[in-house]
Amino acid sequence: MTGKLDLDPALVARARELARRAGQPVVDLARSHTTVSVERAVLRLAGVSGADPDGIPWVNRLVDAVVADVGLGHGVALPVFDALVREQITDVTLLAQKAAAGSVRFEVPSGKAATAARKAARRSVGAGVRLIDRRRAERERLVKRWGDPARRPWIYLIVATGDIYEDIPQAQAAARAGADVIAVIRSTGQSLLDYVPEGATREGFAGTYATQENFRLMRAALDETSRELGRYVRLTNYASGLCMPEMATLAGLERLDMMLNDSMYGILFRDINPVRTFVDQRFSRQVHARAGIIINTGEDNYLTTADAVDEAHTVTVSQLLNEFFAHEAGLADWQLGLGHAFEINPEVPESFRLELAHALLARELFPDAPLKWMPPTKHMTGDVFRGNLLDGFFNLVGAMTGQGILLVGMMTEAVVTPWLSDRDIALQNVRYVLGAAGGLHEDFVPAPGGFIQQRANRVLGEALELLERIGEQSLLTAIAEGTFGIMKRPADRGKGLAGVARHEADYFNPATEILEGEAA
Amino acid sequence: MTAVEAGAVAPGGADGAAKKIVRPYGDTTGDGMVQVSFTLPVPHDKRAEGAAVQLANRMGIDPAMLVHAKPIGEGFTFFVVYGRVNHLVDLAAVQVVERDFPLLSAKEVNAVVKQRLRRKLSVVGACIGTDAHTVGIDAILNVKGIAGEKGLEYYRELKVTNLGAQVSVPELVEAARVEKADAVLVSQVVTQRDAHLHNTREMSAAFREAMPAGKRPLLIVGGPRFDESMTGELGVDRIFGRGTTPGEVASYLVHALITNKKATA
Repeated sequence: MTGKLDLDPALVARARELARRAGQPVVDLARSHTTVSVERAVLRLAGVSGADPDGIPWVNRLVDAVVADVGLGHGVALPVFDALVREQITDVTLLAQKAAAGSVRFEVPSGKAATAARKAARRSVGAGVRLIDRRRAERERLVKRWGDPARRPWIYLIVATGDIYEDIPQAQAAARAGADVIAVIRSTGQSLLDYVPEGATREGFAGTYATQENFRLMRAALDETSRELGRYVRLTNYASGLCMPEMATLAGLERLDMMLNDSMYGILFRDINPVRTFVDQRFSRQVHARAGIIINTGEDNYLTTADAVDEAHTVTVSQLLNEFFAHEAGLADWQLGLGHAFEINPEVPESFRLELAHALLARELFPDAPLKWMPPTKHMTGDVFRGNLLDGFFNLVGAMTGQGILLVGMMTEAVVTPWLSDRDIALQNVRYVLGAAGGLHEDFVPAPGGFIQQRANRVLGEALELLERIGEQSLLTAIAEGTFGIMKRPADRGKGLAGVARHEADYFNPATEILEGEAA
Repeated sequence: MTAVEAGAVAPGGADGAAKKIVRPYGDTTGDGMVQVSFTLPVPHDKRAEGAAVQLANRMGIDPAMLVHAKPIGEGFTFFVVYGRVNHLVDLAAVQVVERDFPLLSAKEVNAVVKQRLRRKLSVVGACIGTDAHTVGIDAILNVKGIAGEKGLEYYRELKVTNLGAQVSVPELVEAARVEKADAVLVSQVVTQRDAHLHNTREMSAAFREAMPAGKRPLLIVGGPRFDESMTGELGVDRIFGRGTTPGEVASYLVHALITNKKATA
């Protein structure tokens, strides 16, 4: 479906080139730095699991011990696997326990000791990566056995009770009611925890903690429901916040299918340090690429703080940047759930045509990506009747522009967390629109030179202008100056900066080595 | 439950004092018609429909017309009921927090601050606790504002510091000290397990502890689910609910801090 908007291919190519130019310095930065969370993810791949009696994960205790002795800049793999040899133990978790008790000293080995440590680290981390490979193969087998949803877009529903044992029956009920993708919303505030909690959890605020055990429990429950329905139901969680690399790793190990993973969301909306975010993001996306996970980017969020008409082009710019970073990390087009949203004020004249223009622009710019279409939130007022109508129009835009993933809008958005009946009414709305107009994208071709074509071309033009401006000053400066979503985020501020280090000359990370070897 | 537009004066008491009795309005004065929807945890059958009617009756809807019943999920049924409600409302007995200060334009606010305070009025705002929803505080503070009305940053005589989301209470107190805040605005959207109430109490207690009376900034909280009459209980000076505009907040600041300044309790 190319050519509905008469976009100039030269301009589109120029936009991609500018996104590459803006993004490349950030990639270089990511390649020359590491973070505590990247190193903890390496240890998780090497099999370190569990937590101390206070609930602090052993990976945190081990990384902290290594950093205290030799700093972060060498990576933890060399010191840890060197210490294993010296302590004559094979279990890395046991080493973490000893290190936490203060009975192990870490050093950076050289010569033969370094070679031996590198070899042992590669073997151990390689086993973790192979586990992710097996999970991916398992998904492919199950999708083949149970089948994909019969049509696009996939219907994406959220559960958010705070209690994994409440989430499970709700998720299963949602799947039976027609959901193709279940997202378990995380507890508010988890993004700012610098560790991943352990075990099954029943206490969360406005969501449920993301833990390896919660991932496992929910995936197992949805497997059961998928078998019953004859349709593979996908599971989504969040690789965002301070623990992106570890979340990505755990998702790969527990066969999650989609992860929210945005290049700038943490910086803009959680005030996480920009360097920390970009380093963590690159590693997490490399893991997603390997695990066959579809990422969901967060462009919808810009429109909740900035005006959806005036700032429409910032969504396009962010999508282009997200695409560049994703490709660079090894993700394929089918894994790019680039986000955008129906957030134009319904009082604006021709708001529906503007929405169509923006949604179609995204579709045409990224023809092979399963775009993620997000429902209205900002202009949902508590008038649930009007809200249901808005959601209907939102669903219609999704059908008319061939969106890949449709997050089901709730008429009670901004009123209550969805009730059972709210969800049923919302799904009824989706089913009606997709049933009545699901193939409309085949017939819908905007008039040449008409309102929609003009609007789309104008947004693309504004996106190019912004990218040209960013190109002159670097992406980090643009973020510092508040180009995206109004918020200003300087590179030397924000949470998590203390956990970032520049690579030393002998920096070694067996996970990156394996993941990049495969991607090349 | 959908409250239908307030109807007219009840027949009997019209000529008396200011006593106004209203009942819901469907399409005829005094018909008392309302519409409600709800879910019962029972599978859809005759008995379920009877249960729905009985519930509506208990809610004061009589006769109740069950217009829609639909099974949802396993073992649940969703109902829509229309009917006549037999309750009356005495408008004279309704208690609300009315606006007790004059509404000023941005220009008037600036003029009062400039002439009477003779320095900029310092405002510090934040979402505290784990709440990451900056929609409310941004609508009040950002230049962008809400519904065409500019936020407090737009007011020349106000100095606004917006700390953003997930600010800890100690951070907020410290920022208020550094900025010599005349007023602190806190937004709370997340209400699960009454987080908005706990956070607000924690915040007001921290200010009471950190600063002596008279040195404390005016404490204001806002959010869609607050009860505006709970100021005493939460230890704050003012609560703003759903639909508050920046202009109302600015007018209140001028009223409380300048034109109607009383000795701080």
